[in-house]
Amino acid sequence: MSEPEVEGIVESPWSGGGSPFAINSKKLGMWLFIVSDSLTFSALLVSYAYVRLANPDWPRPFEIYPAIAKSTLMTVILLTSSLTMVFAVSAAQKGQTKRAVTMLWWTILCGLAFVGIHATEWYTLITKEGVTPWSNPWGPPLFGGTFFGLTGLHMLHVTIGAVYLAVIAWGFGKGKWTADHVEVSGLYWHFVDLVWMFIFPMVYLMSVTLKSGVTP
Amino acid sequence: MSAHAATASSGHDVGSSKLFVGVWIALLGLTAFEVFLAYLRLPSLIMLTILVGASLIKAALIVSYFMHLRFERLGLFLLLVPAMVFCICMMLIMFFPDSVRLMNMRPQ
Repeated sequence: MSEPEVEGIVESPWSGGGSPFAINSKKLGMWLFIVSDSLTFSALLVSYAYVRLANPDWPRPFEIYPAIAKSTLMTVILLTSSLTMVFAVSAAQKGQTKRAVTMLWWTILCGLAFVGIHATEWYTLITKEGVTPWSNPWGPPLFGGTFFGLTGLHMLHVTIGAVYLAVIAWGFGKGKWTADHVEVSGLYWHFVDLVWMFIFPMVYLMSVTLKSGVTP
Repeated sequence: MSAHAATASSGHDVGSSKLFVGVWIALLGLTAFEVFLAYLRLPSLIMLTILVGASLIKAALIVSYFMHLRFERLGLFLLLVPAMVFCICMMLIMFFPDSVRLMNMRPQ
């Protein structure tokens, strides 16, 4: 049996019919995945806040330079990658295959730049500062555990996203997949960007070294 | 939201390049504002309140425009967002009383 056509359903009396959301199954599946994954990150952020409040001597080790400057640059890169992703989806829907593939590769490049800068930050923290998931020189060992846990899971999402987009760029360029596939991959990429919009302030900006005299 | 459903439903283009660049600039502006707050080194509670507010605005912009939820059917929004907000509220119901207790237990 062929799938009902979305155009016809939109004109039904209650605008619903067999496809009440008027989107394809791939897109609905990705939205449901995004909701479940956002709850995973929410749980991690709430746990982080709880552990932080439970430790009165929680460290605030990040100076404006280099840590905050570096994480701000990462934020700008990720936001820019979202813009190129939107352009890729738009081009794919207009049938501009070459532009869509180019924009997808720019998005991947931004994602890899993000992971690269993040990796250098981890390297500095581990080798120069002596921070590990189970210890650090500043106090509560959970600082390292929560920091690497949160940023690590996000970095894993970015890495998987870059691979996913590369596969989509290749397939779309070859005519193997449609604009719908590009749009669904875009939803995932924007979600990764969205999660960082919470990790960046909660983990980095809230851990800026305080001036003396300021109440923590 | 539903007014745009017919356009969005079949994967047609929604939003112009100008709109997306505008959203991107707004997101960069909010990020700059957040970093400026960190530079000021405000007390934690004030800082946290403003940062959470700014992050929610950024999230709303990304979901609405970059993820096109603004242009989808109202039904999709009602399927996804209230359930997620409810689950997050359930987490916070557990979080607040216990975390306040922990703060009060801190040595003075």
